[in-house]
Amino acid sequence: MDYFLELFFSGLTRGSIYALIALGYTMVYGIIELINFAHGEIYMIGAFVGLTVAGVLTSFGFPATSIMVLASMAAIVYAAAYGYTLEKIAYRPLRSAPRLSPLISAIGMSIFLQNYVMLAQTSDFISFPSLTPEFAFLDKYSSTIGSSDFLIIVVAAVVMVLLTLFIKFTRMGKAMRATAQNRKMAMLVGVNVDQVISVTFIVGSSLAAVGGVLIASHIGQINFFIGFIAGIKAFTAAVLGGIGSVPGAMLGGLILGWTESFCTGYVSSDYEDVFAFALLVIILIFRPSGLLGKAPIQKV
Amino acid sequence: MEGLKKSLLVSLWFMFLTLPIVGVFVNTIDDVVIWRLERVLYVGICTFFLSFLWRFMISKKEAGAKRDEETGEEQISAFGKILANPSFYYPLLAGVLVFALLFPQLFSMYQVNIMISALIYVVLGLGLNIVVGLAGLLDLGYVAFYAVGAYSYALMNLYWGVNFWVALPIGALLGALCGIILGFPVLRLRGDYLAIVTLGFGEIIRLVLENWGDFTHGPSGIANIPRPDFFGLFTGLSNSIHFMYYLMIVLVIFTIFIVNRLKNSRIGRAWQALREDEIACQAMGIDKVKTKLMAFSIGATWAGLVGVVFAAKTSFINPASFTFLESAIILSIVVLGGMGSILGVILGALVLMLLPEYLRAFSEYRMLVFGATMVLVMVFRPQGLVRDVRKKIDIAAVRKALGGANE
Repeated sequence: MDYFLELFFSGLTRGSIYALIALGYTMVYGIIELINFAHGEIYMIGAFVGLTVAGVLTSFGFPATSIMVLASMAAIVYAAAYGYTLEKIAYRPLRSAPRLSPLISAIGMSIFLQNYVMLAQTSDFISFPSLTPEFAFLDKYSSTIGSSDFLIIVVAAVVMVLLTLFIKFTRMGKAMRATAQNRKMAMLVGVNVDQVISVTFIVGSSLAAVGGVLIASHIGQINFFIGFIAGIKAFTAAVLGGIGSVPGAMLGGLILGWTESFCTGYVSSDYEDVFAFALLVIILIFRPSGLLGKAPIQKV
Repeated sequence: MEGLKKSLLVSLWFMFLTLPIVGVFVNTIDDVVIWRLERVLYVGICTFFLSFLWRFMISKKEAGAKRDEETGEEQISAFGKILANPSFYYPLLAGVLVFALLFPQLFSMYQVNIMISALIYVVLGLGLNIVVGLAGLLDLGYVAFYAVGAYSYALMNLYWGVNFWVALPIGALLGALCGIILGFPVLRLRGDYLAIVTLGFGEIIRLVLENWGDFTHGPSGIANIPRPDFFGLFTGLSNSIHFMYYLMIVLVIFTIFIVNRLKNSRIGRAWQALREDEIACQAMGIDKVKTKLMAFSIGATWAGLVGVVFAAKTSFINPASFTFLESAIILSIVVLGGMGSILGVILGALVLMLLPEYLRAFSEYRMLVFGATMVLVMVFRPQGLVRDVRKKIDIAAVRKALGGANE
């Protein structure tokens, strides 16, 4: 039972991170129908900004708690800024282009950003300071759940609730839903679509940065390539849940996390990714639009 | 003055963006912080000037788009006009062919080797063009079929000593078979769901190759794959590389011929109809299942075929050659060159494959430039380098030819 719980929580931790990144994919897809391949790189840049800010603050002798807060804030702000700039340079000029063109520009951006960070920083793994405080009340359960796992799960849950509230109740959230349903109609009723798209990129990128800082401090090392794998996995999660659907991305992330964790624990760690993709294929065969996605109605 | 202010803001913004990544390096082992603020300044100065260029180019592109809209027709470039004229086209084609044939005599072995890789990508691009460009099925796992071809030769040679010429058709057949196996479950999926499943399929193949160590030798790969042998001729390294080069030229010409014939055949038109509108296409009596499976399997055949050539050329393969990045690059060849256009795909492959090689002067910056080029080409030429010319039928002219009988 202990082993099961350990796997359960490690799957939940992983799944929460996947879900955080998947939300960025799904929101962008919902609004402009683009697979933002550079999203994983935004996550990686978030982690790197967190690292440098934490390093600088440590050298100035700041206390540990304020380092954690300030580094995460900086990571979020920078990831949002990068996401905003990315959209302006690589996607906005392509609004009316053929469907595959923005995809290629996204792949190009992804290659560019990876190499940019590699050249500016380093191609080796760098160790990431553990920013997580130790929670004393978790000592009893230390075999099943660690402090950083706990922090990731709680932060992810809080962020997702906030996001849901934002989309449901704010003016901007309403505009986002309207744009996702029908961009032209939204424009006609006075929604500033360009602004909505920018905000979507900013929100999605911030979520990715939260995930990046949390997981980097959990694992303890980062390099310029981490965004790639995380991006593909999160994209899988988004599709699993039904791309374009916000609760779908959360559900997809968790399912993917648990699948990987249990398969690694009970079957074999070599084939972890094979299970993840096989699950995706099986689910899509039976539900071609993902778990919570709506099948598009075709009118002839 | 307005532009100056804008550029200043842009450069300040980029200096802000690059500050924590370029400006600071934290060595967490020794706890040393290295400041490199001068580099941030360079970034600022560069972006200040680049932003002028960017705005100029964007305004030029928009003016072009407006002109197209006003005149109601697309502007054909001078290059396009030359190509449309047969008296230029055929000599040009002959010139290219002569150059291609003389290439190994004129250039060093190193250059010939690079050219062989580029030609391999030409065939891959043309193969993927069938799936993506003609049939409109977004395939992000195309490299899986390439891997199937390469591994089928390597493994058959390792265990049974099968030679290159036998492996070539078998590799192509196995590729086609894998295309059908992948095709069946994804028939119901559309658009981006299809993309992710094909991506997953590609990754599954790679992971199996990596982890099934007893059979495939895992990540360490298979070495000493023999080069093709042609009745005992062309022995020695230099001769066999020249032979590979001419083999690829033949293969490229063969592929161009087949793809060109396919494009306007019954099945080719069915693919294009399916791409444009699935429902209307079914209403016209086209079997969707058969047509889609044909696209997947014919596309995969080329990948399997050149996979065998690739294994023979490098004489060493491992799963690291078949990552998602390869699929992405092959897709970029198709889109960058101009979807559906054969000439475009060839140009795209040559540009994308030769660019990183000749950018070696910039050594470590080459992938940075490569990524930036992809973005810039897409921003300024979203339809690709060469636009696919659709066949148009002038209805008025047809009526006239029929003598107005239908009016």
